[in-house]
Amino acid sequence: MSVKIAVLSGKGGTGKTTIAVNLAYVLSKKYSVQLLDADVEEPDSHLFFNFKGEIKEEKVSLMIPEVNPEKCTKCGLCGQECQFGAINVYQTGVLVFKNLCHGCGVCSLVCPENAIKEVPKELGVIRKMETDNDISYAEGILNIGEISGVKVISKLKQNYDDAQVIVIDSPPGSSCPVVETLRGMDHAIVVTEDSAFGLHDMETVIRILEEMGITYSIIINKYREDSKQDKHTQVFNEKYADFIVLKIPLDKDIAALHSNGKLFVKDYPVLADQMMNIVSTIIVQKETL
Amino acid sequence: MKTKQIAIISGKGGTGKTTLAGSLSVLFHSHIIADCDVDASNMHLILKPQIRNTIQYKAGHKAEISESKCIGCGKCQEVCRYDAIHKKENGKYAVDSFACEGCKACVLVCPTNAIEFVLNHPGDYYISDTQYAPFVHAELKPGEEMSGGLVAQVRKQALKMGVDAKKEFVIIDGAPGIGCPATSSLTGTDYAILVTEPTVSGIHDMKRMIEVIEHFKIPYSVVINRYDINEDKSKQIDHFCTSEKITLIGKIPFDEKVNIANSNEYPVVEISESKASKSIKEIYQRLLEELTHI
Repeated sequence: MSVKIAVLSGKGGTGKTTIAVNLAYVLSKKYSVQLLDADVEEPDSHLFFNFKGEIKEEKVSLMIPEVNPEKCTKCGLCGQECQFGAINVYQTGVLVFKNLCHGCGVCSLVCPENAIKEVPKELGVIRKMETDNDISYAEGILNIGEISGVKVISKLKQNYDDAQVIVIDSPPGSSCPVVETLRGMDHAIVVTEDSAFGLHDMETVIRILEEMGITYSIIINKYREDSKQDKHTQVFNEKYADFIVLKIPLDKDIAALHSNGKLFVKDYPVLADQMMNIVSTIIVQKETL
Repeated sequence: MKTKQIAIISGKGGTGKTTLAGSLSVLFHSHIIADCDVDASNMHLILKPQIRNTIQYKAGHKAEISESKCIGCGKCQEVCRYDAIHKKENGKYAVDSFACEGCKACVLVCPTNAIEFVLNHPGDYYISDTQYAPFVHAELKPGEEMSGGLVAQVRKQALKMGVDAKKEFVIIDGAPGIGCPATSSLTGTDYAILVTEPTVSGIHDMKRMIEVIEHFKIPYSVVINRYDINEDKSKQIDHFCTSEKITLIGKIPFDEKVNIANSNEYPVVEISESKASKSIKEIYQRLLEELTHI
């Protein structure tokens, strides 16, 4: 059985992807690893690896209504029951607003004339490949102009393989795409940064984790020695000390490596060991449950 | 006079949208401020708002199954496309409200009318005063959908206040990404400032965001934040902007004063001697010039 770990943050730019890609690399030295990039609006994890072999692509689509004008009596039921304003009945015919459609099927469910057929509309794509260091990798990409990545994320998560550890790079924020990513996770690593913003947004995602019953650990990224007196540091220390498993210093060299698409752990063996230990502990905890 | 809406957006999170938006909120003179990053809102931390009015945002529905009326037929689970309905140990069904999208399919097929369709309350929004300008902000409850709808509500409120008080501008701190909260922050605005950073991810996400902005045909310019952490990547962005005829309106250097300002919860432009605040003031001057053309 795989151990599934989501890396998330609330606030954007705290270092979710940095941690996810470096963690996957570190773990691949000891375990078989699969890395999934669920930040489907802006997937960036692939920028940190070289890939070998072929890329397998699978389209993700949503089933949206197509109305047969010969059968339609313009009774208006579909428009009345659609909760998303995606189908509207006029005297001249029925209009479907494809971008508002959630693909729920209510319109075809209520149509008394069987006039609605559902046809696929492409939302995005899942790409699967393998890195040159043998990490199996899959990412979801939401097409430009589409508004919700939830369906792409759920499709991405159907691509689990039998790796010992599955690491998922989550989207930022705390709304529906994050919840979709977290469903079925064994543990979450919350990456925050050493600032009031980082703390505020971390607390929002922790509320979700607690409600969903998912255990978590905290990594403070861009940690600064000079923040000791700050208000947010006191909150980290008082409320979250037991959850903080790692502090990664604000370091220009780490930032420079990352900005060039390089894995910083290759140059920081101590941090690499610490990351390995964090996950080993999580795996042991999961096995003893 | 028309009240112009200016969105500060980024694609990638953490590039410095709020830092720039917070400082522009100080520099502009006749404006309303709107925080549209409703699921990771931070502007209120630096603007210290006095809340004048809290408005409940109610939108969408969630299904709820009454256990006493449920006969365990499972029709609701069959029609649900969001995997939101599960059978309990006692043979009855229950809704996972996190997964429920409120489509009503289950309500329509339930033979015993056991499913209630309850109006949802995904969050609240606030009308506040700050020492700089009136401020509209919101809080989405964790895990909720409808963030795009709440963003639209915040913008509507801010624009109304701007028009009523004859303000020149609404300054919008946008949501990251390219999906519904990001596009809701952007549609119908008069000008956008795209904040990026000189990293492989920053460039990748900026290009995706540009496709979205151009889709909406909104005039825009680019700001490179922390440009000196990777001068090569900054040059790459500079060349990209030149070849695509995109205005690079300014570059902000890495400056520890930004961390200090954010930690102590005030806009960085309040520290007059900081490098970042000098660049932001230059960006503001160029922005005013740009805005006379729209």
